[in-house]
Amino acid sequence: MKILVCISSVPDTTSKISFEENDTKFSKGGIQYIIGPYDDYALARGVELRETLGGTLTVLNVGLADAEPQIRKALAIGADDAVRIDAEPTDSFFVASEIANYAKDKGFDLILMGRETTDYNSGVVHGIVGELLGIPSFSPVMELKLEGNTATLAREIEGGKEKLEANLPLVLGCQEPIAEWKIPNMRGIMSARTKPLAVIAPSSDALTSIDKYELPAPKGACKMISAEDAGSLIKLLQTEAKVL
Amino acid sequence: MSVLVYTELADGQFKKSSLEAIFYGSKVAAQVGGSMTVLAIGSASDDELAKAGNFGASKVLHANAQNLASENIMAYSKVLSETAKSLSAKVVISAKSSLADAVMARAAGALKAGLVGNVVELPNTTIGFKVKRSIFTGKAFAETSITSDIKFIAIKKNVLPLEETTNSATVEKLSVDTGSLTESSKVLETIKATGAVSLPEADLVVSGGRGMKGPENWQPLLDLAEALGAATACSKPVSDLDWRPHHEHVGQTGVKVAPNLYIACGISGAIQHLAGVNSSKVIVVINKDPEAPFFKAADYGIVGDVFDVLPKLTAAVKAL
Repeated sequence: MKILVCISSVPDTTSKISFEENDTKFSKGGIQYIIGPYDDYALARGVELRETLGGTLTVLNVGLADAEPQIRKALAIGADDAVRIDAEPTDSFFVASEIANYAKDKGFDLILMGRETTDYNSGVVHGIVGELLGIPSFSPVMELKLEGNTATLAREIEGGKEKLEANLPLVLGCQEPIAEWKIPNMRGIMSARTKPLAVIAPSSDALTSIDKYELPAPKGACKMISAEDAGSLIKLLQTEAKVL
Repeated sequence: MSVLVYTELADGQFKKSSLEAIFYGSKVAAQVGGSMTVLAIGSASDDELAKAGNFGASKVLHANAQNLASENIMAYSKVLSETAKSLSAKVVISAKSSLADAVMARAAGALKAGLVGNVVELPNTTIGFKVKRSIFTGKAFAETSITSDIKFIAIKKNVLPLEETTNSATVEKLSVDTGSLTESSKVLETIKATGAVSLPEADLVVSGGRGMKGPENWQPLLDLAEALGAATACSKPVSDLDWRPHHEHVGQTGVKVAPNLYIACGISGAIQHLAGVNSSKVIVVINKDPEAPFFKAADYGIVGDVFDVLPKLTAAVKAL
């Protein structure tokens, strides 16, 4: 089994978002970066499959050098080696092209990643990678089992899930509860220091670019209603907020 | 400049988000001086499809081959990319959904098109093609230029208020060779809640957290949802504990909703939960803890016991 897990390095969910240089640049100062929460699920399932089926697990990140702590963490969790495409991941098509260019002649059976990154939320990189490689892609995948060359998976649909069967190779955008997040142990952390991490120059161009950032308008005060008079809320929702 | 709108059908009808995409597409077409075509995949009557005209469409292409009857990412994306090619579409629009994300992604890949999701306004086409999109799960916006020849955009719910006319659209059958990838997978089983209001599509949502104290206590919440015609949702701990199914989980790693009204019952409002609901127009929080962080993000708040408050709300809704 040859598995590629693509991870993003994103601000921790509790981060306060701000911008600089006249709102044209994201302020990285004081931000704690983490492996993308959805990518972390993909990584956890990849590590489990690698442990039971053998083979290799490569972790890939499209990002600058400041993503390396997150890549080392993925190695500590159980990836065998890592690749970093040395570029800011600003555009979905660009990131997907880089992943596809790297993967195209390496014979991966499975390419796993999160259903979306939690910074730009587009949720499309897996699909573009699948199309560029000419192999099927599924998302959001919440269960994954392998038997020989056949994967059985469950994809979340509106109001439920769909179970399906597909032959490898596949690209999957993952989400919970495909696996539990894994925490690296001391042995993993030690061995991660010496695992190979290749840095590769990017080979494609972005098709979109961000001109300006903006924060939402601050939220107004919360109007409190007493519990005894709870029913009056419904009138307010109808006449004041006009949502009923 | 030809505009193509990818739509989704549920139980033989356009999803409301797809009607929003059609209306948005008609505005874009008017703005760039082009025609708009609607693509509908799956089973629906011509009468239903003609309703696209009420929201600004003049033509609907309907692909309804056997292998398109159930959601098929590879086949749907092939139909979309081939249709975009044959129409020389320069702008391809959809409403954001987890299926549309997957389908639009592959079609954009096939057409080497720049794709931007979570768009919240009409594009600015005075210089280039710029769209404003929501990023960081609703915590910020980014004005983004799409520089490729063909542009793909996926819009968020409630971007424009829908305006309905009595115009009708013509419906044409469409047949596309969907290629061999379509046959590479097989659906084994579809498990779907029946009769419930679809959560990502819902205008009204009633959601419960750990303050509901157990799955056996959900009835008062369900009663309010039923009285309102609202969808039901829950926090992550509730779905992790299996009190409610995963597809109801709203938050950072669950469904992101953007209803007109979100009523949170016994949810403290952790930042991971807020990430899934912060695009709601109006948020109501009911919690017995006056210090619950959710009140800071709410428009209306009630400090009290949910089991005391919920029946009062249900009675008030029924009295409307």
